[in-house]
Amino acid sequence: MTAQVLDMVKFLWAHSVLQIVIVFACTLMMVPILTWVERKVIGHMQVRLGPMRVGPHGILQGIADGVKLLLKENIVPSGADKRIFVLAPILSLVPAMIAFSVIPFDHWFYITDINIAVLYVLAISSVGTYGIILAGWSSNSKYALLGALRSAAQVISYELAIGLSLVGPLMMAGTLSMVGITKAQAEHWFLLPQIVGFFIYFVAMLAETNRSPFDLPEAETELVAGFHVEYSGMRFAFFFIAEYANMVLVSSMATVMFLGGWNPPFQMFEVMHVLQKVPGIFWFFGKVAFLLFCFLWVRATFPRFRYDQLMRLGWKVLIPMALGNILVTGIVLALLK
Amino acid sequence: MPETIIPAGYFPIILFFVIALFFGLVTLFFGSLIRPNRPSVEKLSPYECGNPPFMDSRSRVFIRYYLVAVLFVLFDLEAVFLYPWAVVYHKIGMYGLVEMLLFIVILLVGYAYAWRKGALEWD
Repeated sequence: MTAQVLDMVKFLWAHSVLQIVIVFACTLMMVPILTWVERKVIGHMQVRLGPMRVGPHGILQGIADGVKLLLKENIVPSGADKRIFVLAPILSLVPAMIAFSVIPFDHWFYITDINIAVLYVLAISSVGTYGIILAGWSSNSKYALLGALRSAAQVISYELAIGLSLVGPLMMAGTLSMVGITKAQAEHWFLLPQIVGFFIYFVAMLAETNRSPFDLPEAETELVAGFHVEYSGMRFAFFFIAEYANMVLVSSMATVMFLGGWNPPFQMFEVMHVLQKVPGIFWFFGKVAFLLFCFLWVRATFPRFRYDQLMRLGWKVLIPMALGNILVTGIVLALLK
Repeated sequence: MPETIIPAGYFPIILFFVIALFFGLVTLFFGSLIRPNRPSVEKLSPYECGNPPFMDSRSRVFIRYYLVAVLFVLFDLEAVFLYPWAVVYHKIGMYGLVEMLLFIVILLVGYAYAWRKGALEWD
């Protein structure tokens, strides 16, 4: 009996079913925890307590919110394009989830390793923009439409900066496979040689996920909630899950491309090889957790950008900077050879 | 799984897609069984901070958004060309660098033109 169960597990593992279920479940569970952490961290940074009522120190707050959203009425506003209105949250959620299929969490734990993994993530995360713009368009609401347009323009502008900032690490690794890129960083992370690229990526990833200080699409003081103002209940929850899944995704990408993925730090020194005793998955999630903390840190620190400032930063600063970074990387690599 | 139709590495992605889609549809369906549904005219009207909604919401939008979209397509294509180049860069070396520089300079002319014409401004 136990042998049969073991065989079953082995079969499911070999066909990636088990990995998919684990990654999917973990991402879903991450959302209530992340919302709680976010409110708690921001609270303490502003010398407040944050949520305290539901469970010890409010730890069950996210779960309570989830149950509440499941039981709420789903309102479809009159004049809305009903089919698109219903489709949009799913179109937002699914790409945010399936982009995780190429992220290597450890040398034994990734769903699949394809040779165009980086392109795949960029392509799939672009599809999420459709969810935003369709939600804004179909809602028949002025706030939603304005929020969606702003969001789409912002996401595509900063996607260029993200795409160009990743070229540097790719030149150094010589592969688009995420596992290959991580293995290329076994001794030296790409963080130091690509520090400019990392800076561009970090700024652009805040904008790409519509987070503060680039949260203009949902600037609550002027646009109420942005593209999902007309959504309620579970459909709103899908946008919410997609946003947090995207935060985890861009942090994971930064970890793989710049921070060495599952590799422990300081591996160029013989003494530090002792760090390899810690499983890679801890290093990976430690780095992701740190980047996620940076999201909240930035949110508690900086005021919101104005829209023209946002566009100027994206088009006139980050893109030339990223091109310059590629040029310098190219010259240095050619001279080293 | 016939290898010729879908390469083996892509099958888990399709599986993940099906699972994620299934989750989305089932959650919405399950929710529809237990949540209340009591629509009224006021509740279904678009949210405009308590005022009665006026005019059609899908009015004309600022032309700059289209301009950004067009510029995005241009530069995204450039990025797509940069990716294969970056992957084989260690093989082609200085020759590849000069070739790519020529390509980027042509694009930079267009970029400078857009900058000069004020396409990157937002006022």
